[in-house]
Amino acid sequence: MNAPAIPEPYPADSVGLVTPQRVAIDTPLQLDCGRTLARFDLTVETYGTLNATASNAILVCHALSGDHHAAGYHSPADRKPGWWDNCIGPGKPLDTRRFFVVSLNNLGGCRGSTGPNTFNPESGRLWGPDFPLLTVRDWVRSQALLADTLGIEQWAAAIGGSLGGMQVMQWTIDLPHRVRHACVIAAAPKLSAQNIAFNEIARQAILSDPEFHGGRFYEHNVVPSRGLKLARMLGHITYLSDAAMRQRFGSELKLAAPAFNFDVEFEVESYLRHQGQSFVDRFDANTYLLMTKALDYFDPARDFGDSLAEALRRATARYMVIAFSSDWRFSPARSREIVRALVEAGRDVSYALIDSQLGHDDFLMPIPEYHRVLGAFLERVANDIGPTGAPT
Amino acid sequence: MTLPAVTEAGLRPDLAVISEWIEPGSRILDLGCGDGTLLDHLAGTRQVRGYGMEIDAANVSRCVARGVNVIQADLDDGLRDFATDAFDYVVLTQTLQALARPDQALTEILRVGHRAIVTFPNFGHWRVRLQLLRGRMPLTPTLPDQWYNSPNIHLCTVNDFEALCAAQHWTCLRRSLLDHTHRQGKRINALPNLFAEVALYLLEDDT
Repeated sequence: MNAPAIPEPYPADSVGLVTPQRVAIDTPLQLDCGRTLARFDLTVETYGTLNATASNAILVCHALSGDHHAAGYHSPADRKPGWWDNCIGPGKPLDTRRFFVVSLNNLGGCRGSTGPNTFNPESGRLWGPDFPLLTVRDWVRSQALLADTLGIEQWAAAIGGSLGGMQVMQWTIDLPHRVRHACVIAAAPKLSAQNIAFNEIARQAILSDPEFHGGRFYEHNVVPSRGLKLARMLGHITYLSDAAMRQRFGSELKLAAPAFNFDVEFEVESYLRHQGQSFVDRFDANTYLLMTKALDYFDPARDFGDSLAEALRRATARYMVIAFSSDWRFSPARSREIVRALVEAGRDVSYALIDSQLGHDDFLMPIPEYHRVLGAFLERVANDIGPTGAPT
Repeated sequence: MTLPAVTEAGLRPDLAVISEWIEPGSRILDLGCGDGTLLDHLAGTRQVRGYGMEIDAANVSRCVARGVNVIQADLDDGLRDFATDAFDYVVLTQTLQALARPDQALTEILRVGHRAIVTFPNFGHWRVRLQLLRGRMPLTPTLPDQWYNSPNIHLCTVNDFEALCAAQHWTCLRRSLLDHTHRQGKRINALPNLFAEVALYLLEDDT
């Protein structure tokens, strides 16, 4: 499962070639919706080496459209590395010489883990709309079973951005003894009405596509590409700041004069159409619906009289909360709500506000100030482990 | 201001005085905590738990690196987030004179904290007065900046500060007056407003 020696074409700070593994989990999983999954598979990538006491493991939780492929390359022909390659590798903040990094495709995903586009043994066909809707708490339970399988009793740290950060928070509340450090990046304590509104439009775009077929589009050999494309285009607007869009695309016509039709006339239209189309090629519409619902349902305070501080009193992890100044999807004010609750609960927490330009997407960017503070936090995580981790 | 030499314990003398005032096991908020030196020291020697507030990104990283809880925010914006009496002590060192409204900031500090520890450079020191008599804005070891690039916009004397405390019904529980090497002396005790260069106060709100 570990990365082999890095071949020549890859930079020295890359984990190099990686091979995803499918981990079968045969323990029944009780879900928040009341249903139970008898068994499930998770697609997983790991980077670095687990030490003898299994004390150097870091869980990376992915966001809405992420997957297990966080770092390195699947083949020498790959044009791009994993989605968080700038942060994971030898000498990077998630230093694979010290940490054993675990990245998975969440349950309900569409990249090999059990989800709507996989085979349902009970019905004998693809799950499709029969796949249960999930919550962030369900993901934490499924990830805990994965940790059991990997022999990891306690994560040295759990880390994630956006929806990934929400999973990290939920981990520290539901299974406090299993997380020593928690890094919550560009997240929110729960979605705002505006956040839910964007998700609802995205879902309606998919649900109203005639080729959605009630989620059974696989059996019709079609994909609801128009709906999924629209959903992704909408999402991308919320990932970028107004200033970043203005700088990247401007609002000048591509031609000398208006053509008075609905073809691409502005750069931003071209960008959104491209993003939408490439998403259709790699993502599943049912998974998109499921992921947005998990976001909408996320509210760890709900079971604690709507008090996030009360929820966090159970937690024991040391927290690092990071927000980005130009993020309006989950703005710094939302991160400050988390910090405020953590302080009220008397938890150890540091908060960094990164001066940024791009918007929500900045959590994926190698901003020096961001990686410096993340590196400082992970240095503490490494110090807590002690010198048992064998260098790779 | 320029930082005086550290004590044998490795701590700036004014911070050493402050740490003696703080009861072991307290909850502390250190405003403008810099690289987290004071909180780190207090955690190690007096088992305090607390948070620093700091605006500079490099200092925030330094705090994180040494395991000091730090919240990146400016003072006016940051204090609003804390509940009333969330802390036993709120510490504000050498920053009061750079705030837009020191009186309002102190009111807010004494809301968030049961007690406040405040330090500032004394504008009544004889060296300051002498330079003003000569017709120039003062340049001293505790006020090293020119009038045009100084962050200090609300300088006060020891007497001014104590008048504000009396008017606001803030009780001064302890006071320590030091020279610019942060040491005490007989002259300072005799004529504090003339000889103290750095003033440290422990305040409580009576109201």
